[in-house]
Amino acid sequence: MILLLMPVIQIVLFGFALSTEVKDTQVVVLANSNDDATQRIIDRIDASEYFDVVGYVHNPKEINAAFRDGKAKLAMVFENNFSENLKTDGTAHIQLLADATDPNAATSFIFYASNIISNYQQDISTQTSSGLIQPEVKMLYNPQLKSAFNFVPGVLGMIMMLICAMMTSIAIVREKEMGTMEILLVSPMKPIYTMLSKIAPYFVLSIINFATIMMLSVFVLKVPIAGSFISLFVVSLLYIFVALSLGLLVSTITNSQLAAMMVSGMGFMIPVMLLSGMIFPIENMPGFLQVISNIVPARWYIDAVKTIMIKGLSIGDVLKDVGVLVLMGTVLVTISLKLFKVRLE
Amino acid sequence: MNEIKDIDSEKVIVTENLTKRFGDFTAVDNISFEVKRGEIFGFLGANGAGKTTAMRMLCGLSIPTSGKGTVAGYDIFKEPEMVKKSIGYMSQRFSMYEDLKVWENLELFGGIYGMHDKEIKTKTDELMDRLNFEKERDQLVKSLPLGFKQKLAFSVSIFHHPQVVFLDEPTGGVDPITRRRFWEMIYDATASGITVFVTTHYMDEAEYCDRVSIMVDGRIEALDSPENLKKTYNAKNMDEVFQQLARKSKRKAD
Repeated sequence: MILLLMPVIQIVLFGFALSTEVKDTQVVVLANSNDDATQRIIDRIDASEYFDVVGYVHNPKEINAAFRDGKAKLAMVFENNFSENLKTDGTAHIQLLADATDPNAATSFIFYASNIISNYQQDISTQTSSGLIQPEVKMLYNPQLKSAFNFVPGVLGMIMMLICAMMTSIAIVREKEMGTMEILLVSPMKPIYTMLSKIAPYFVLSIINFATIMMLSVFVLKVPIAGSFISLFVVSLLYIFVALSLGLLVSTITNSQLAAMMVSGMGFMIPVMLLSGMIFPIENMPGFLQVISNIVPARWYIDAVKTIMIKGLSIGDVLKDVGVLVLMGTVLVTISLKLFKVRLE
Repeated sequence: MNEIKDIDSEKVIVTENLTKRFGDFTAVDNISFEVKRGEIFGFLGANGAGKTTAMRMLCGLSIPTSGKGTVAGYDIFKEPEMVKKSIGYMSQRFSMYEDLKVWENLELFGGIYGMHDKEIKTKTDELMDRLNFEKERDQLVKSLPLGFKQKLAFSVSIFHHPQVVFLDEPTGGVDPITRRRFWEMIYDATASGITVFVTTHYMDEAEYCDRVSIMVDGRIEALDSPENLKKTYNAKNMDEVFQQLARKSKRKAD
């Protein structure tokens, strides 16, 4: 039950609560010359879904108070005679003050607010038809810069790893702890079937979770599957296979549920979150971490999912990722089967 | 082939110079013995003497380093799968699925040993009746008292009517009365033709066995009926016999 609900909760959490997007940020405005240009900019700010103008203040002290009381995250200060300066000198100043207790958010506020202001600037400069060159920026694959595009593949990679690797290893080690594993091994059932039957439920569970995440991301978060669903599914099956063999490996090297949990928690979950490119871009990591990230299966999986789901390319374009995953899976299964046999002897 | 097995069928377990080494350490050192059908064979030894290793080899859980051995007529090297089909096993920890009900455990293990649904059902009914377990049938195993669990674990290990049942210290941690009852169940099992191979370190239990072997440092130091052993070592009871032999041990008990 928990395992079925977890992807839902994570998607919702990442989608809404942990979103790095800016939405309805409270803004206070200090505009002593309440003129035409200031009013237009303020209207634009207010109209955008990112900001919400919550009040006007009349001196810097009130701005400080608004920040302190948490009433505002961003303040806009227009210089006196804003409109007039703009018309006569062609330049006018706006000061943006952001609450940088959350630096990432503050950067985004400033980025969005500057964007809106420069849009306005563009509009008036086309009206006056001055010969400025304006770069036109287009965000490919994710025009609205939705963070969902980034974290849906990430959550997929994490949940699969959690269920397959962690739960499988715990389930098998639990049998060892209880002593039932011994009974199963003395029984005429072949050990390999015992293993397969322990793995099967988690395999099914992962597929259900995969479907849940897909539905949530398509229908709730509005992240479309741009590429072929079949390719996506094939890549996911491959990743599940790698994760399951990791789980098997952990179960053969540990003897208690606690140890299995520590190994899969520390050894797999944290790399998946930190080194797979889910939260921090791999390109920004120091060199040695980039090297380490190569052995994190989720890195390759997340890359493949992004390529297929977001960019809309086919499985032929992710052959490198697929190859790496196949290789990892084969190596892991071989090692764990070998260790498993050794343990029997 | 069949004829040879028939001749040997009186000897359910035969080992010849069975040895198991882990690196430099010889856990089981050239043990040879025979166990006859319907016998209760006690396997005694201090902790670390090699009892469990020897038993694991006979169950097909561990491959011997050298020597020969057959269980129920099947070679433990060549036919471990056939050996596994012909034996039952109860470990030190009565390993049942605690979060399953009593009958569910029976159904599961019956199924694993390839019994038919109908057979499982009739045998379950019969067993519940015999053990007076009707009330507990639908209870989770974890809610049962220790003695009940033990009886159930033993019943599960002989549920598919194996030729031999291996019991690895089955009566650890229970009171003497429960132990006594448990041994009554063992006698019932032998009466139905099952051979019992049991390890224990309770010396009073050794007296219940038909024949007893005492292992010291991986070797079998003595093997005979409890009466003969007591005569040979001029001892009042099995405990004294054991003390005399165990003193020879150079290994530290672990």
